[in-house]
Amino acid sequence: MSEKLLEVKNLHVSYGAIKAIKGIDLYVNKGEVVTILGANGAGKTTTLRTISGLLKSSEGSITFDGKEITQVPAHDIVSLGMSHSPEGRRVFGTLSVEENLLMGAYTLKKHDKETLNWIYKILPRLQERKMQLAGTLSGGEQQMLAIGRAIMSKPKLLILDEPSLGLAPVLVKVIFKAIRDISESGVTVLLVEQNAKAALKLANRGYVLELGKITHEGSSEELLNSETIQEAYLGKKK
Amino acid sequence: MDIFLQQLVNGLTIGSLYALVALGYTMVYGVMKLINFAHGDLVALSAFVGLTIYTQVFGEGITSLIAVITVFMFTAAVIAVVGVLLERLAYRPLRTAPRLSAVVSALGAGLVIQNAIMLIWGPNMMIFPSNLFPSTIWNFNGIVITFTQLMILGLSSVLMVGLYFFINRTKMGTAIRATAIDQDAAKLMGINVNKIIMIIFIIGSSLGAVAGLFIGIYYRGVTFDMGWMYGLNAFVAAIIGGIGNIPGAMFGGLMLGLFNALISGYISSSWAETFTFVLLIVVLIFRPTGILGEKVAEKV
Ligand SMILES: Nc1ncnc2c1ncn2[C@@H]1O[C@H](COP(=O)(O)OP(=O)(O)O)[C@@H](O)[C@H]1O
Ligand SMILES: [Mg+2]
Repeated sequence: MSEKLLEVKNLHVSYGAIKAIKGIDLYVNKGEVVTILGANGAGKTTTLRTISGLLKSSEGSITFDGKEITQVPAHDIVSLGMSHSPEGRRVFGTLSVEENLLMGAYTLKKHDKETLNWIYKILPRLQERKMQLAGTLSGGEQQMLAIGRAIMSKPKLLILDEPSLGLAPVLVKVIFKAIRDISESGVTVLLVEQNAKAALKLANRGYVLELGKITHEGSSEELLNSETIQEAYLGKKK
Repeated sequence: MDIFLQQLVNGLTIGSLYALVALGYTMVYGVMKLINFAHGDLVALSAFVGLTIYTQVFGEGITSLIAVITVFMFTAAVIAVVGVLLERLAYRPLRTAPRLSAVVSALGAGLVIQNAIMLIWGPNMMIFPSNLFPSTIWNFNGIVITFTQLMILGLSSVLMVGLYFFINRTKMGTAIRATAIDQDAAKLMGINVNKIIMIIFIIGSSLGAVAGLFIGIYYRGVTFDMGWMYGLNAFVAAIIGGIGNIPGAMFGGLMLGLFNALISGYISSSWAETFTFVLLIVVLIFRPTGILGEKVAEKV
């Protein structure tokens, strides 16, 4: 029943002499929402960027949808069905909202009108602003755009790096609701979040990353109830 | 008034050529944040390649529309290939190196091309045949327009309007703009950045090739080192318009051509170059990012 969509084995990643990821294993089953928690600098972004091909690993393997993708360049991984909404949103500021969304569908011969309409339905703010330049959107709207853009390619796996970072609580709710909608539509989600409580509520399972190593893993319930996790990641946040 | 109108025609002609060359600088800068200092020498190479194709294949005496079209197409293709090779050999290995290394590589590549032209075609000026285009001249109350000028204005306009629509209205053009803004984000959309860079060099080099041929046809005399002068003027045009900005390069080229022509007409052509730099300085004082360069500033 549980079929692995993504499997990372013994992954090592370095920036020059600095070892950022020191041998991690993780997997994501089809249909799951999996979250990676961890303090600033733990290596979450590095892990995601390596999975989507922007960084090269020094050791280990990454398998996606039954295919070894460790050496595949980032732009080819997208057409295999993986989409990565990066940390810091990275929308194309001088392109319009709609042009940004169409770039999300770059790998498709023709963009899917249904997907576009669906994005406009779950994130109506984007439709209101579709002719506006992305750089003139508010932070929350840019995050909506970054997520919408990432699902335009109709991915099997959606990777999200800190989608709620720096957003007001109302907008955090909107973003988490959108992620839930996307997950319920059948897309598998790998989510990195500072907001550990909200992430664990949404996720089926979670990993905790500390200084480039996975220190805890388990179902969301186990992690929510674990005392060490509560102290380190849930304690000060509400 | 006659001088003014005549210099308007002359200025727009040379300005169109500057604009075509400036587009090559600005497109490469937009995507790679690199000044391709070898671009002017590609323009010069184009004139020599075109001259050789014309005299070798068609023979001096023959003029026909077919001959001219063939010369333009083949030369543009050859220069596009050289441009792509230039990127592969001189710039790609330095993609992640400090920018200064790439600048030095660009200057070096320019010298290599310049010396290659001198070795192949010799150090002396070569003269374009006068019969590539008909020698028709139109005279409107003393204001003269030649057939060659009309061709330069016409073809440049068509190419620039075409480029504008390609960049702003097509999927590939949008991908080029996206890549110019953020290469990593572009990769995450599935855009092959190396392919985009190749397309940029093909377009930029082809436009430069057209300009190089027109320079030969219009001014007739071509020298192995002429790329330096045209390259510098076009580079200044690109900066005036706002480097990285495509309409800016078109506008900057036309403006610089007009400005040069008016200085030549009313003061002296020997002052044109000095005033070019006065114009550059004045523009940069009041608009440090160039006249249409706001978008570049926004990106940083
Ligand atoms: N481009 C880089 N060059 C050098 N070190 C980096 C770079 N990016 C991240 N690092 C280092 O790698 C470690 C992991 O960073 P990152 O993956 O961004 O963590 P996180 O996303 O969990 O905050 C940190 O120690 C960080 O300083
Ligand atoms: Mg991070």
